[in-house]
Amino acid sequence: MAQFTTLTSHMVPLPEENVDTDQIIPARFLKVTDKHGLGESLFCDWRYLKDGSPNPEFVLNEPESQGAQILIAGNNFGSGSSREHAPWALVGWGFRAIISTGFADIFKSNSLKNGLLPVEVSPEVFRTLMEAAQLDRSTKVTIDLPTQSVTGLESLEATFPIDEFSKHCLLNGIDQLGYLLSFDDQISKYEQRRA
Amino acid sequence: MEPKTLFQKVWDDHVVVQEPNRPAVLYIDLHLIHEVTSPQAFTGLRERGLKVRRPENTVATMDHSTPTLPRALWVIDDQAKIQLGMLETNCEEFGIQLYPLGDSRNGIVHVIGPERGFTQPGKTIVCGDSHTSTHGAFGALAFGIGTSEVEHVLATQCLLQRKPKTLEVRVDGQLMPGVTAKDIILALCAQIGTGGATGYVIEYTGSAIEDLDMDGRMTVCNMSIEAGARAGMIAPDEATFAYLEGRDFAPKGAEWDAAVERWKQLRTDEGAAYDKTVVIDANKLEPMITYGTNPGMGMLISQETPTADSFDDSSQKAAFEKAMDYMGLTPGQPLLGQKVDVVFIGSCTNSRISDLRLAAGVFSGRKVADGVRTLVVPGSHDIKKQAEAEGLDQIFKDAGAEWREPGCSMCIAMNGDNLEPGQYAVSTSNRNFEGRQGKGGRTFLASPLTAAAAAIAGEVTDPRSLLLS
Repeated sequence: MAQFTTLTSHMVPLPEENVDTDQIIPARFLKVTDKHGLGESLFCDWRYLKDGSPNPEFVLNEPESQGAQILIAGNNFGSGSSREHAPWALVGWGFRAIISTGFADIFKSNSLKNGLLPVEVSPEVFRTLMEAAQLDRSTKVTIDLPTQSVTGLESLEATFPIDEFSKHCLLNGIDQLGYLLSFDDQISKYEQRRA
Repeated sequence: MEPKTLFQKVWDDHVVVQEPNRPAVLYIDLHLIHEVTSPQAFTGLRERGLKVRRPENTVATMDHSTPTLPRALWVIDDQAKIQLGMLETNCEEFGIQLYPLGDSRNGIVHVIGPERGFTQPGKTIVCGDSHTSTHGAFGALAFGIGTSEVEHVLATQCLLQRKPKTLEVRVDGQLMPGVTAKDIILALCAQIGTGGATGYVIEYTGSAIEDLDMDGRMTVCNMSIEAGARAGMIAPDEATFAYLEGRDFAPKGAEWDAAVERWKQLRTDEGAAYDKTVVIDANKLEPMITYGTNPGMGMLISQETPTADSFDDSSQKAAFEKAMDYMGLTPGQPLLGQKVDVVFIGSCTNSRISDLRLAAGVFSGRKVADGVRTLVVPGSHDIKKQAEAEGLDQIFKDAGAEWREPGCSMCIAMNGDNLEPGQYAVSTSNRNFEGRQGKGGRTFLASPLTAAAAAIAGEVTDPRSLLLS
């Protein structure tokens, strides 16, 4: 898994709440058999017009969004299905972190396994960051995982929660399966006990 | 001994290791897989040279992209064909039981698990599908996982999990005629919103839950995820045991008796505390329907849709306006009388025999309104056979509905069954997200009774008016 320590980038503002995984990546793209190449279908039904051309009114298509690695989106981001294709598509486009006031459980869990950091902030901090991003699209912020902080705006002091294990895995690029496999003996004992 | 909730009992029973400041290593008893969320997990196994640890605890089906047109089992495109073929190859190579397309035991993953008796009280059950919460209806701890976690379970039969909080949803009173399990869960989503139970496992309690048959309990638990909860559970009782007895993979003889004794302990102890409780009064429920683009945007069918003034928060107001715009509805308008183009009766929420009986009761002796396309898609081949033995298929066909082969069908619209842009559907499925049932399609979620009534009337209709006449 890709390591995550600190990230400085401008933001793509998507103020909508309850952005569900069907919007992030519609079901018709789930017939793939690998994880790659989903970035171009990210937010497909919002991003492209009927004729397949880019919708100039959708934020991801704006020139200012290009190269951004942070998405800032409304509350309850990633609700709906368990498809890991959602973080695969976000990472495929180039995002490394998402700032919101809340994330759906399965989406959050899937993101953490793909080096995509869910940054959960208070409604006040969210408003400050969203306003700054919308006012000046070149506004850059820094997300620092070791200190669990978001900085870059004057008078902004924001921290975010993350469980110790996920933080450890992200900082060191550790894959969770490797960790799980190290419990092989205990798993065998558990199975014998229950047999 | 300290009193425990149902969830706590099942959780404690499956913790293999709990190190400080680390997630628990949780043992998984049953792993269900399907074609869409498993290919990359098997690729991962191969890359690491790993085997499936417990193939005998892993069960596979094809359901998401499978065709539902009778006798013409064409798969929608090459990509879907490749994906289905990969599942077949993976199951063969790793020794996993697969119920493929065309097999008489094939069906939607959350329908065949209970039907074959794999789903049992007290088990931990996972699947790369958020509606795995369905199996909690049997007192199992069942939840959806991503593909990385599918790989984890294949390789180790375990998952790393942080312990969730518990939410009791107590449904007091009794449902009135015409009001069903689906209306309970849509009411919960409307009450607490799609993120209302994020971080929690729900336990459904109360007289109206106890009164539900197993099909109804599965409907309720199925949509726990629509309120944000990864899992929903109901304590097993005589109805649970009666459902399971004699199923293919249920214990037999003395083992059955011992299992039932064990399962009877799976109840929340007196004095055990939930982190939160929400109460619903079943007596006050009516048929429910959604008006917007997430399952929390729902109301009593007799109500009018909200207006922007109903929301205090500016972002909620914006979300509401965006949803109404997508749905082509005017804020404050009623939905009764709203014209519909398509009716879909099916999905892991409402494709079981009880659902089909309810719908058939409305269709019987009536005709689908002109211009309404109606699909009835049973959840499995077993259900299809049962429905045909009862003559339900004939009732649907006589009414002018299409009687299809089993599968997820228009719930996720991956297989060629989909809405056209702008079409309105009343659907018994679980999600009304933008484009969920086809790009540009507009979905009203409702019960099988309400869906059938809409098919007959050609517009959104209170099913109770048809039940009484």
